[in-house]
Amino acid sequence: MTRGWAAAAVLACGCSAPQGPAVLELWAMGREGEVVAELAADFEASHPGVRVHVQQLPWLSAHEKLLTAFVGDATPDVAQMGNTWIPEMAALGALQPLDAMAASSKAVPRDDYFQGIWDTNVAGGALYGVPWYVDTRLLFYRSDLLAQAGYDHPPRTWDEWLKMLEAIQRRPGPEHYAVLLPLNEFEPLLVLGLNADEPLLRDGGRFGNFRSAGFRRSMGMYLRMFEEKLAPRATNTQIANVWNEFGRGYFSFYITGPWNIGEFKRRLPAELQGAWATAPMPGPEGPGVSSAGGSSLVVFRRSKHPREAWQLIEMLSSPEVQRRFYALSGNLPPRRTSWQDPALQGDARAAAFFAQLERVKPVPQVPEWERIATELRLVGEMAVHGQLTVDAAAAELDARADRILEKRRWMLDREARR
Amino acid sequence: MRAKLAGWMFAGPALLALAVFFFVPVAAAFLLSLTDFDIYAVASRENVRFVGAENYLRLLQTPLFWKALGNTAFFVVIGVPLSVGTSLGTALLLDAAHAKLQGFFRTALFSPVVTTLVGVAVIWRYLLHTRYGLINHGLELLGLRPVDWLGDPRWAMPAIVLFAVWKSFGYNMIILLAALQTIPEELYEASRLEGASAVQQARMVTLPLIAPTLLLVSTLTMAGYFQLFAEPYVMTQGGPLQSTTSVLYFMYDEGFKWWNLGSASAVAFLLFAIILAVTAGQAAAARRLRWSEES
Amino acid sequence: MKRAAVHIALGVIALLTLAPILWMVSVSFMSPGEAAASPPPLLPREATLGNYRQLLAQAGMGRAFLNSALLATCAALLSLAFNVTAGYAFAKLHFTGRDRIFRGLLAALVIPGQVAMIPVFLMLKSAGLVNTYLGVLLPAMAQVPGIFLVRQYAVSVPDSLLEAARIDGAGEGRLFRSIVLPSLAPILVTLAVLSFLGSWNDFLWPLIVLADDRLYTLPVALASLTREHVPDSELMMAGSVITVLPVLALFLLLQRYYIRGLLAGSVKG
Repeated sequence: MTRGWAAAAVLACGCSAPQGPAVLELWAMGREGEVVAELAADFEASHPGVRVHVQQLPWLSAHEKLLTAFVGDATPDVAQMGNTWIPEMAALGALQPLDAMAASSKAVPRDDYFQGIWDTNVAGGALYGVPWYVDTRLLFYRSDLLAQAGYDHPPRTWDEWLKMLEAIQRRPGPEHYAVLLPLNEFEPLLVLGLNADEPLLRDGGRFGNFRSAGFRRSMGMYLRMFEEKLAPRATNTQIANVWNEFGRGYFSFYITGPWNIGEFKRRLPAELQGAWATAPMPGPEGPGVSSAGGSSLVVFRRSKHPREAWQLIEMLSSPEVQRRFYALSGNLPPRRTSWQDPALQGDARAAAFFAQLERVKPVPQVPEWERIATELRLVGEMAVHGQLTVDAAAAELDARADRILEKRRWMLDREARR
Repeated sequence: MRAKLAGWMFAGPALLALAVFFFVPVAAAFLLSLTDFDIYAVASRENVRFVGAENYLRLLQTPLFWKALGNTAFFVVIGVPLSVGTSLGTALLLDAAHAKLQGFFRTALFSPVVTTLVGVAVIWRYLLHTRYGLINHGLELLGLRPVDWLGDPRWAMPAIVLFAVWKSFGYNMIILLAALQTIPEELYEASRLEGASAVQQARMVTLPLIAPTLLLVSTLTMAGYFQLFAEPYVMTQGGPLQSTTSVLYFMYDEGFKWWNLGSASAVAFLLFAIILAVTAGQAAAARRLRWSEES
Repeated sequence: MKRAAVHIALGVIALLTLAPILWMVSVSFMSPGEAAASPPPLLPREATLGNYRQLLAQAGMGRAFLNSALLATCAALLSLAFNVTAGYAFAKLHFTGRDRIFRGLLAALVIPGQVAMIPVFLMLKSAGLVNTYLGVLLPAMAQVPGIFLVRQYAVSVPDSLLEAARIDGAGEGRLFRSIVLPSLAPILVTLAVLSFLGSWNDFLWPLIVLADDRLYTLPVALASLTREHVPDSELMMAGSVITVLPVLALFLLLQRYYIRGLLAGSVKG
């Protein structure tokens, strides 16, 4: 408490930090934020003279907090950052390029990382982040309810998936749906959209490409699940407690990420622990792709302790610490060596993720992506509520994306003219 | 003259602070609204272009801006009469109450005004919960169907109106109560002697005498309600389906979420212009009404 | 008979008005998950302090409480420093354009404060004051409603008293300290209370300016908490209690002053 007061008093007069132990500011989101404090304590023990202050950000406001911090010159030293945000922060000049430090470090060997994941950290030819954990979305489902509906395996194509959802919905019983696609998340629609052959943006990220046949098919699939009342028109917060409702059978399929392996293990009652499983995404004709997501660790350019910051990143990148991080948070490691872990090898639910990670596609790497993803969610929500048809939604998305990308086009043209 | 110098020295600090932290920024915001200043420009000053009125024109063509304006207008048109009406009603009740109890009731009814908005917004979010909220429970007890308050685009804004009225009616209640208490009892006596019923007394004695206060209170409430922001921010994040996105929430998103500062400043000025127009219009309408009463 | 009906009506309305606040307190003592039941419970089965313990130990609400207290006190002091002298000047001291400037200030009340927010933020950034308490306090130092409030009451200080003191050779400063301030004492309390409450309840500006969670004030900490712990309603209620009850208590103690401030501009109470 006293340390906080001293810091507050000093910060209140806008002065620079006092001499003494170097304090590394680390910002982390959600569950990772809760867990990393433990790992940071180990770092402090092995690096006397360095203290780590962990600040937790809710995911909902993390992006805007990072931007606000950049504008206000109040960035931390190290931060967790969704890898889809790296092109944006790099374009702003907020991040420290890490090529030199990574090349001379044995702790971060490039070849050990899943290639697609590593590439999401490279912007404009330079490396700006070190992958911390990978995130992709796939199916979590109630295998017992699926069996009751007459199926003993997860879906392999979209047609099969629809049949399963319909069978589950027809089941007698209290009011229930078959799949949860929360309207406050853009990921479900995005994952379906990534299964299109065409990219989501065209011309080097200058224009939207949502009117492509592939995306419209994906959107059609998404909307159909709502029209047939297979999915409730609701957000996560309206479901109150997603894990309870999954346990109650309110829905049987959920497109979500690795952290929920641990959450379901923790929150579902013991008798249901054998009743759920994971499976890779089905695609239109066969196995499907999913998003190449995840978080990286970045160092901000204005950091006063870049060397210590890099040491912290090195520690968090070592396989032992990554395995411990997995055990604590359920987040999957981005390095193949870290996957040689009995806990991971023996976990059938993690195996689905390992399989999916071989089939991941990155989102368009433009700084404006976060904004476009928001429009994706908003237009998707409007379509779900019946305000737009598939074609109208695709056209609307293109219109919005084109407008958002206007300045990018101007800046790219200006660069080309130089 | 020493007194004149003293005047400047006493008023100076405040005037300087107001100039630096209000008037100059307002002028700067106007200039910003004429550029496409955004986060690229924050990174490097050369990434800004002067665009004249383009931000304003583009805003007027942005469907979300009009939706935000419509949402805000709904909030004002429904919320102000409801709020002022509740304030007037409770003020009348308090005026008729026994003096000793008046203080207690007055405090109870006023208490939501001083509460922290974020704190009570959290409470109301749970009160309005579809399955576990007390309000739907109350509706069920009355034999009505529960409403998906914060999830249904048709009901989210009414829910926020209800919340805002609860939070703020006490404020105007106090002011109207004070106005009611300045009406001399003799006027009521006189009209009762002439055989006026309670309703006639209200129309001929009460209403004319509190009309100026009522107008003032309505105008201030309206100007305040146009600036709706914190309730959608805490309770609904502008949703569902952007049905609770107010003009200021839209500005906050543009300015502090996406850092389109030029566009956000244009939104702020448009809002200012609208508030100005509406309050001026209301004042003009009131003046014309008074003239017609006098003639 | 009619009086009884009025009292009953007032009683029902008061109960409805206070119900959310009472329910907030009740839920804050419930165990996690207890409130998520249909029908919703009104009282905890077994009251527990667990939520408060978790908030104070893990979520840093205790520190946010102290931050809010510190900031609100500073805001009150700054408000007194800037607005009282100005209010007195506009009431009693003559300088060129005094009344025109005052009318201009009142007219400027129509401009929503959010218009200035973005340039002020950029201004603070150049001065390195983002993420500091000075950054939160400075823009709110002088407030037109505060100046207006003081002026309304300062006007009633008798001119004859001031003139007599001037003739006796008293300087303006001494005049202010020994005559004006004492007679304005009640309104100073009002101004301090209003500024304290206003700062405590302020949400948007601290949200934008403060990046470091060690500096968060209660409303910002609570808002951050609600976005993290969506399902934990009992925890949220405890957070609301910590945020809301102190100012409610302060209001109950100093009602007189607060309400006088309300009435200053509209009806001469």
